[in-house]
Amino acid sequence: MNVRFLVVVVTLTAVIGSALGLVYTRHDSRRLEVQLGEQENQRDDIIAEWSRLQLEQAMLADAGQVEIKARDHLGMRSPDNAKILVVKP
Amino acid sequence: MSKSSAMSSEEKPGAPMSRLYAFLLAMVLCSVALIARAVNLQVTESEFLQGQGEARFMREVEVPTRRGNIQDRWGEPLAVSTPVDSVWVHPGELLQAPESIAPLAEVLGADADEIERKLNQRSGREFVWLRRRLHPDVASRIEDLDLPGVYLQKEYRRFYPAGEVAAHIIGFTNIDDVGQEGLELTYNDWLQGKPGLRRVIRDRLGRTVEHSELLREAVHGHDLTLTIDRRLQYLAYRELKRTVLKHGARSGTAILLDIQSGEVLAMVNQPGFNPNQASGDTDGMRNRALTDVFEPGSVMKPFSVAAALEAGIVEPDTPIDTTPGTINVSGHTISDHRNYGPIDVTRIITKSSNVGATKLALELQPEQLWSVYDRFGFGEVTGVGFPGESAGVLRNYRRWRRVEQATLSYGYGLSVTALQLASAFAALADEGRLRRPSLIQGADNPPVSVMDPKIAREVAAMMETVTGPEGTGRAARVTNYRVSGKTGTSRKASAAGYASRYIATFAGFAPSSEPRLVGIVTINDPSAGEYYGGSVAAPLFSTIMSGALRLLDIPPDDYAGVLAQAEGEEEKTELAAGMTAEMNNDSVNDVPGGTATEALSDLDQVAE
Repeated sequence: MNVRFLVVVVTLTAVIGSALGLVYTRHDSRRLEVQLGEQENQRDDIIAEWSRLQLEQAMLADAGQVEIKARDHLGMRSPDNAKILVVKP
Repeated sequence: MSKSSAMSSEEKPGAPMSRLYAFLLAMVLCSVALIARAVNLQVTESEFLQGQGEARFMREVEVPTRRGNIQDRWGEPLAVSTPVDSVWVHPGELLQAPESIAPLAEVLGADADEIERKLNQRSGREFVWLRRRLHPDVASRIEDLDLPGVYLQKEYRRFYPAGEVAAHIIGFTNIDDVGQEGLELTYNDWLQGKPGLRRVIRDRLGRTVEHSELLREAVHGHDLTLTIDRRLQYLAYRELKRTVLKHGARSGTAILLDIQSGEVLAMVNQPGFNPNQASGDTDGMRNRALTDVFEPGSVMKPFSVAAALEAGIVEPDTPIDTTPGTINVSGHTISDHRNYGPIDVTRIITKSSNVGATKLALELQPEQLWSVYDRFGFGEVTGVGFPGESAGVLRNYRRWRRVEQATLSYGYGLSVTALQLASAFAALADEGRLRRPSLIQGADNPPVSVMDPKIAREVAAMMETVTGPEGTGRAARVTNYRVSGKTGTSRKASAAGYASRYIATFAGFAPSSEPRLVGIVTINDPSAGEYYGGSVAAPLFSTIMSGALRLLDIPPDDYAGVLAQAEGEEEKTELAAGMTAEMNNDSVNDVPGGTATEALSDLDQVAE
């Protein structure tokens, strides 16, 4: 009788405990879900930003642009052969 | 009274009893009906109903993936996907507020009436693309307008920062991000990735309330690294375009190949196209270096001479008499530019003598000549992995007529692609080691020996005389470097025989002492007067090669070259003055005095 009572009490406690646990984990998983979503969005934004920067960098480093800058704005030119000194190893 | 009361007391219990039964019956029937309905709903129709219910709030949402980038050998981007906004509308919602169409049209730069007509036609639908891949400014202005029934959707758009310069190699994608041409097509699966699928619960307003499960993990696209060097690609493209314009040519191609690895460093064509706004003009979209074949002409002579050397019938200095500058083969006359008289085998290459090449070829068994061409990869696709690559045509030697054997020795009667030429010349330059050319970094191209190294070296040495004082390719010289090569000028075959239209070619490599780069230049149908390979293609080769050698930091192998150029006394003084000026300059203080003195003493020797 006493043993039976104990079994019932223990089982009941376990059931209530697991129910509470379920509620808690469920809540936790939703919270993490939201967090994950936020971080994924953040990641996507960063990747997007990165690809835009890459494009910008490529545009600025474009050989044609560099050439125009060097030749027209800075007045640079390749040296003629007379100005090139070959240093033998 | 009592009777009546008795009557009533007798009747009263009877009536309620029957009513009670009737009532109970009705109750039981009701319960049965309820239970039956419950069973019906719970058991029979539950699947349908549950599905319907879930359909109200469960959604399967695609997890978008990004297409991989394409970059050059140094990681410089050549194709990049970046998210942009596309605008779509719910026609019903927008048409309820017709006054909002005008500001929308204004932002999009479109006609308001046209938009309204479009929406009226599709008023039964819930989703209509209005404009895809907007400029970020336009997208933010639309967002600010906050119109009913107008929504923005993120989509990836592909940008090609190198534009037309690398367009032929990379190709482009369509509006749904699927590769249509070039490497975008070949490596579509690698680049594309697979969109994931996720089931979510959404509320009435379309907000995601809960992610219930991930049905399929999203696989992002992989990046692709090419062997192309963007700087060389740009240089080659700019110079090719200039040459094609200058000579009024129909088209042109230039290729730069790394001899020691078979990697394509630059591959450019004219006409070109802008991959950022690909239109219907497909003529400019072909990667002619791989898809178009042509009769190569004299650039094949190194291979036919190699066949003669391999057969052991001649040595590089064996005399061949080409008098009188023409030769008759089965009723066809083959002629030289002029009568070169008795010359040796080397000078057949130097002077590009058709008669000399013919005489050598007719001494050979057809199989011997064919075998060399075949081993160097002519008539077969190079396997570079590009859509629409041509194999060219090299007919089997069993079907050759005698005159064909003669014409094949100087490059007529077969057709090749520019890349085949590049790969064959690379093999010749690298002591007969043929590699499969590659466009993708990391490809494994073990060399296959296709010729005795000694013979390959002999032929390479002959080719160096082409840029020598008497050669046809003097314009291909590069200051401070030794250059080997071969010019070619072939007449184009047309329906009415050979027309007076030409293809000017130069194929060569540098530095000759230790070849690193092969360059192929072909200019198709130059119409501004000049059409020789030596005068149209060779100067372009020289410009591209000198830029490439400098950019890749390849050490010069002809130190005296800079001095050999100074032939007159005047130039010598100028040169010496220039050098002294350089030495006095602070920026070159660390140049060892000995070297400069040496250079100056070299200078004196040249002048003597």
